Amino acid sequence: MAAQGWSFRMTPIRKLLILLATICVGVCIFRLATGLGLVTNLNDEWPWGLWIGFDVLTGVALAGGGYFTAIVVHVLHRHQYHIIARSAMLTSLLGYLLVMAGLFLDIGQWFNFWRPFVSWGHTSVLFEVFWCVSCYTTVQVLEFGEIFTERVGKKWHTIFKNAMPVLMIVGIIFPTLHQSSLGGLYLIAVDKLYPLWWSTLIPYFFLISSFFVGPAMICVESTLAGNAYKHKVPVEVLRGLAKIGGWFMVLYLALKLFDLSNRNVWDLVFAGNLESTMFLIELLFGVIIPILIVFSGMSKSRSGLFIYGLLVSGGVILNRMNVVFTGMSGKTGGSYFPSIWEWSVSIGLVAIGVLVYCFVVENFRILEHEEHHA
Amino acid sequence: MAKGVLVDLTKCIGCGSCTVACKLWNDKKFSVEEPTVGPAAIAKLTANNWTVVQHNEIKKDNETVWRFAKKQCLHCQDPACASACFAKALQKTKEGPVIYYPHLCVGCRYCMIACPFNVPKYEWDKAFPLVSKCQMCSTKVDKGEAPACVSVCPAGVFQFGEREKLLQEAKSIIAKDINYVKDIYGEQQAGGTSWLYISDVPFEQLGFRTDLGTVPLSTYSHNFLKYTPVVAVSWGIILTGLYHYTKRRNTISEENKNVKL
Repeated sequence: MAAQGWSFRMTPIRKLLILLATICVGVCIFRLATGLGLVTNLNDEWPWGLWIGFDVLTGVALAGGGYFTAIVVHVLHRHQYHIIARSAMLTSLLGYLLVMAGLFLDIGQWFNFWRPFVSWGHTSVLFEVFWCVSCYTTVQVLEFGEIFTERVGKKWHTIFKNAMPVLMIVGIIFPTLHQSSLGGLYLIAVDKLYPLWWSTLIPYFFLISSFFVGPAMICVESTLAGNAYKHKVPVEVLRGLAKIGGWFMVLYLALKLFDLSNRNVWDLVFAGNLESTMFLIELLFGVIIPILIVFSGMSKSRSGLFIYGLLVSGGVILNRMNVVFTGMSGKTGGSYFPSIWEWSVSIGLVAIGVLVYCFVVENFRILEHEEHHA
Repeated sequence: MAKGVLVDLTKCIGCGSCTVACKLWNDKKFSVEEPTVGPAAIAKLTANNWTVVQHNEIKKDNETVWRFAKKQCLHCQDPACASACFAKALQKTKEGPVIYYPHLCVGCRYCMIACPFNVPKYEWDKAFPLVSKCQMCSTKVDKGEAPACVSVCPAGVFQFGEREKLLQEAKSIIAKDINYVKDIYGEQQAGGTSWLYISDVPFEQLGFRTDLGTVPLSTYSHNFLKYTPVVAVSWGIILTGLYHYTKRRNTISEENKNVKL
């Protein structure tokens, strides 16, 4: 393989993605030079917008497939799922790199981003998020080192391979902590976030949903990559993963129902206002219907699993958006809708992610690898 | 002892002298677009307005009356903003003020999410924007002097002193005079604030949030974060155990298969 040169196929879709990525980079440079006022529609009522809501909160959740896979394949040694391990963990790594980019763009004093490493605001939930996301991204880069050194710097390969078990376990602890603390960020917004979402259990809802969105994203990703690269992951593999996710969705649903009763807010669920409607959509289409699909015959087909994947991923996106926007709108005056530049950055970052994914898949052993390492 | 300010809203005539003194002392620009005095919809706290005086037309005893409410950072006893800052750019001093240290700020704006009173504002029009809020003239307070806004009031609205003494003073005022609402705003809200308000009309009619709890908001974060070390260590032990257990189990089942063959 090393004898071959680096390859990157050009297609019309990729040209479009490159265009979107270029626009994104341009807007990013402009934003870093001019501040947030010209580029974004953020204001004193809405200090957090699309970049935090989608690029960061949603991005981290959707990248949950990485630690899901690490647990199932590398810690529990379910080797039948090994076939999706590398692609899921690659998606996760790229997701986190994009999250870091989104965060970097969103902070006003971007040259000061390193400050919390030395000035420890340890009473802040964001402090835990910051440290864990930074460390986990580093761990994921090191994990990718095992794949990278198969082709470049081969003499280092054994070192990376031997370090993998430790990296895997550390690389599960960090996301467990920060996936929950991303929800924990909103604990302090007790007087702002609508009671359908605010709960002392919100860290656990964020954690569980980031875990069960893992197999859903794998179903979506392997369908798309399967079509593009003629590499079909067996349905039984995907279904097995989806069922693991399904059990965690049942746990999530049970905890939700318990929490609503415990806090006595069932009247808000059926209040018929914007919040209740969004909450019901999120729960029905993002959790209940996917559970029915997973545990019925519908998940025996690729299309069924693809729909399941889309619904669950969409449900988690909607949940994060509801926390950041719908749930905060009631106590917040003023209005916010992302500017065209905010959209172009968010879309462009995804485009960059897709392009890098394609490049890595075409140049490293991601989709096809049989070797089972410890 | 921590300083505080007692604001007797019944005495405020809405002149806005305090807002002028604030701008002069803190070198904040005046702008026609950002008035510091007027109805709540117009006179708003911004990065340039650390304090405003809001005019309220209120129905009281079947007649319409004017009441004026000075707003600024309340300098919480246990500030949510400071607990939420992951770089310690906001800190509560033992003298009372909650101070911002710009060189530590990353610009994440989590303090704005955290503050239940929506006090911290942001410099949206700057290339390298910072958070902006009332510092309670901490350099003056350190010397035992009252904040600029307090020192210029022509109507005797404010008393500056030890918070605990002011609280006793406020309690005795509202106990003696039946015109006052039997409530001191800032005594307990979100764990209590350095600034205390008394009024003869309900606080919610003056744009104060009265639906806040009495627990400091940092408690919610702390009750979550305190488990972090335990979770990290025990999760690591469990994962390591599972790793070796499942690996060994797979090896044994492989060996058994080979034996049968």
